[in-house]
Order: sequence, then C-alpha cells, then structure tokens
Amino acid sequence: MATGELNPNHYQAQRAAKVVQHYLNTRYGSPYRLLGLHRVYSGNAEDVEDSGRKYQLEISVQEIISNMTEKCSAEVLFPRGGQQRSPQVQASCEELLKINTTAQEEALYQQYKMKPSLFSAQNVPDSYGHIDPDTKPFWHLCIVASSFIMLNESSENTLFNVAQVANITQLATENDQLKFDCHVLLHEMVSQEIIHWKLLFIWSPPEGVKVQQMEQLPHCHHCEKPPNTN
Amino acid sequence: MYLDIVSTILHQNDMEHEVLIEDLQSAIEGQIDNRPSPRTHSYTKYNSFDKVQSWIHSMASSNADLISKQTIGNSYEGRPMTLLKLGKKSSSVKPAIFMDCGIHAREWISPAFCQWFVKEALSTYGSDSQMTSLLNEMDVYVLPVLNVDGYDYTHKSNRMWRKTRSRKSGTSCIGADPNRNFDAGWCTVGASNNPCSDTYCGSRAESEIEAKNVADFIRRNKSVIKAYITVHSYSQLLLFPYAYTFELAATHSELMKVAEGASAALRSLYGTRYTSGPAAATIYPAAGGSDDWAYDLGVKYSYTFELRDTGRYGFLLPESQIKPTCEETMLAVKYIAAYVQKNLY
Repeated sequence: MATGELNPNHYQAQRAAKVVQHYLNTRYGSPYRLLGLHRVYSGNAEDVEDSGRKYQLEISVQEIISNMTEKCSAEVLFPRGGQQRSPQVQASCEELLKINTTAQEEALYQQYKMKPSLFSAQNVPDSYGHIDPDTKPFWHLCIVASSFIMLNESSENTLFNVAQVANITQLATENDQLKFDCHVLLHEMVSQEIIHWKLLFIWSPPEGVKVQQMEQLPHCHHCEKPPNTN
Repeated sequence: MYLDIVSTILHQNDMEHEVLIEDLQSAIEGQIDNRPSPRTHSYTKYNSFDKVQSWIHSMASSNADLISKQTIGNSYEGRPMTLLKLGKKSSSVKPAIFMDCGIHAREWISPAFCQWFVKEALSTYGSDSQMTSLLNEMDVYVLPVLNVDGYDYTHKSNRMWRKTRSRKSGTSCIGADPNRNFDAGWCTVGASNNPCSDTYCGSRAESEIEAKNVADFIRRNKSVIKAYITVHSYSQLLLFPYAYTFELAATHSELMKVAEGASAALRSLYGTRYTSGPAAATIYPAAGGSDDWAYDLGVKYSYTFELRDTGRYGFLLPESQIKPTCEETMLAVKYIAAYVQKNLY
C-alpha cells in the first residue's frame, strides 16, 4: 500500500473516497437527498501508529437529485488490528445540506402515515434499470439505510455500491416513525460478489434514517428465482 | 433561472400562467424507461440472447460487401458464438481490430454497445469519412456477446450472474470468470481458485470454452489483428495492460496517450468523465484478463472499457441511457481506431 501523496485516479484514493460517500449518506441522506462521489482531487495516506491508516482527501460530492456538487475535505481512518472495526470518517459538506427537501419529505411522510395500505416494491430498479417514479423515494431510503452497512463493512480492500433493492416493505408502527424492511443486494467491486443484507430501519423527516437491525444473508448458490419482468 | 425570468415577466404583465410539466426531459426519460418490452430488436433496449442472435443473422445478410459472419465455436451449453466481420470486402488481407462485448453476463450495456457499433458502422459507411476510411482500410471483428450462456441466464434466472455456466465435478457451484481465465499471469493475483467465487479463475487457463474460442481465433489471426478492445461495465474507466502486475507495460506512455485522447473524445459529447490508466493501479490487480493476454501475444493496442455509470445504477443502467452511452463511447472507439489506422505495424 502506498503512503504519502496518492494518485487521485487510482484505486486507493477512490476506495477511501467512496467510504466518505457512505458516511455522508448516513448523516444527510433522505428520500430526496442522496449523495454520490463525484471526483477525487487529491489524497494522502499515512500510517498512524497503533491505530491504522489515515487518508486525507480533497473530493467533490454530488447531490444526485439536484445535481449540485460541492468540494469537501475529508479524513478516513481504516483501523488496524484483529477486530473488524469500521472506518472512522470526518467530513463536512454543509452546502449540500442547504438543499431544501423539507416540503417534499413532509409530504411523503404524511402521505404514508395516513395511508391505510403499506408500501411495498420488489426489484428496484428492475432488470432494465426502470424505477416507477412513486417508488424512487423508497429506493433512496433503502440506499441511505444500506449506507450504514456499506460504511461498516468498508476497508482499504473493498468498494461497495448498492446493486439492487430486492424488496422494500413498509411495516406498521405505533409511533411517529415510518418503518421499513429492506432486502438489498450490495455489489463489492474487488471480489465482484453480490452480498445480500436484510435491514430494518425507521425514518421521519426530523430524525432521518435510523437502522434498527441488519443481517447479512447467506449466499445461496442454487437459489435462483425468475427475475421480475415488465 | 430562465424559468424565473419568464415567470417574472409574465407576472409583471398580469398574464395568468401555469406550469403543466416541470421537467420535460425527465418526463420523456420516464416514458422511455417504462415502455413495455417490444417483441423485436431495438438498439435502445436490452435485447435477449435470442433477439441478439436473430439480429446478428439479419445484419450479416444485409450488406454482403460490408459485413459477414462466422461462428468461432459453441459455448458450454451449446450456444453458437457468432462473430461479425465489418469492412469493405477486399481481395487482399486487411489489418483488423477485434472487439468483444459481454464477457461478464450482468454487464448488459456492453452487448448493447457492440450492437450500436455495428449499426453505426453500416449506416455511416459512405457518409462519415472516418468510418468509411476505417472500413475501407481495415476490418473490424465484433463479437456482440462473448459469454452467451451467462447472458441468457441473466435474462431468465439471475440478473446479477457474472460468470460462465460451466459445470465442474466436485462442486455444485457453476461457472468461472472468463476475464480471469485467459493465459496472462493466470490465477496469480486478483482471482480465486474457489469455484463458488465470482472471480474463479477456472480449473486452468482457457478452461472455459468461450475464452478458448476467442483465444484460438485471435491466435489464428495474430498477424492481422492490430488492436483489441473489450467492453465491460461499470465504473467509467479506460484501462490498458497490465492488470496481472503493477509493472508498467513496455509501451505504457503510448497506451496512456491514446487512452487520454479517447477519454477526451468521449467527454466532449455529454461531459461524462472517464479515468484512463493501467488496470492494476486504476481499478485492481487481476490476472487472467483478455486484454493483458492479447497485449503479451503482440497486439500492441489493447484496451478495456468500463462503461457507465459509477455506481448509482451500476449493472442496472436504465435503457434511456443506452443511446447517450453508446454515442459517447463510439467517439472513444473511433479515436482509438483512427490512431491504430495511422500507426499500423
């Protein structure tokens, strides 16, 4: 592993920067605000004794719905040691927070709090990349919730993206939060594996996304099912 | 901003108005992405294996002077691997470029690009001077789907399948990664010897019949093939040897210069950013890649494209993005082809 100034186009800096994306989504993500890594301008790696490897990065991040981009500085510490501890990230991209999504979030929240029926969708996007417009905010919610997993599971040897939401189902609650069960397929680029996770999470506009339970599902090599076709 | 100006002017002039469609572009894209599946081939849809096969046959008989087909062997499950040869028919042997798509089953935008390339070649021959010159002076071999069994499997059973569908005794796990199966530093790095892994290198180099068929063809036509292009997704990268080692290729500077030119050409259309570089450092070290193998065989210009996007949709790139992706990628491929044409060896 290189130390010192990194080539921003090469995988070391890119993987660390992707971790920042996951972190930002856990902090700021919502049905109407989703962040994507845009560019890496510079990166620096150093060994921190007894702690691990620390990356300092200059990146830009894009809010996917509004297309707004913002430059941010970030620090990622990948811990060393036997226990698999998740990376520690420090980053702030406050400009992106100023994108006002309150009205839309409130509207979505009220709509689904009032509805007698519970939302459910499978294969988002479908095999052809299609997503029903009404389903999109829930796709975003599941991606935000998955970001907690992707953040936890990340190391210098991984790069995670959400490949597909197999199933997102709204569950009934007694309290103010909307609650969801999401079965998500994560794509890990280095191993090229598709990893299945099941998540239970709650959301409300003031509280954001909070994951209550997460569980990795075993990879079943024979469990193929016909895809959902249009 | 312009909406604000218009709105202000209308208000100032007491003209009642109402916005009926907030964003026409997204509405159109939404319609494209939600149209039901047609029963015929389309260049802006993801076509099933059967549709691609019939398309190959109809293309091959559409213009005997410019296009022909040949089968380079069958897949593990017995599907034909059909290669299209594009180029003005000539009595003498012409230098050639070989391009394959669909090495990895789930990377659907890749075969879509090969189909688009063939359409563009045939329809712009005679009107586009670069394409005309290219097809006059060179041949382009296009293999629209290399991993035919895997591709069919992604349509019928598991959209996220990557490997071939070969069976191996001693394991219930199926398939090997064709792009870890070529004889280039085979299975030394970035590949797994676990048959259940998505980067399983196979039982030996070229154990996968699909890889062997392509390798045999390229070996047979070694003296004629001057460039090799292999198309994948996703990540928006333009890679060149080596992936099996961090050592730079002997012609690294030239490979880089051409890649950067091609990326710039690609970006000129819609601003899509690609990163160019040697595969090992840019994406990850991985042995057994077809591009490394072709390069070490003597094919001087050997490139791997990783098409759109960078992870938002990943393998499930919406059909509304097929056209722009293919249009921009054409510019990059034509750039490389033009360079090769001017630098024949």
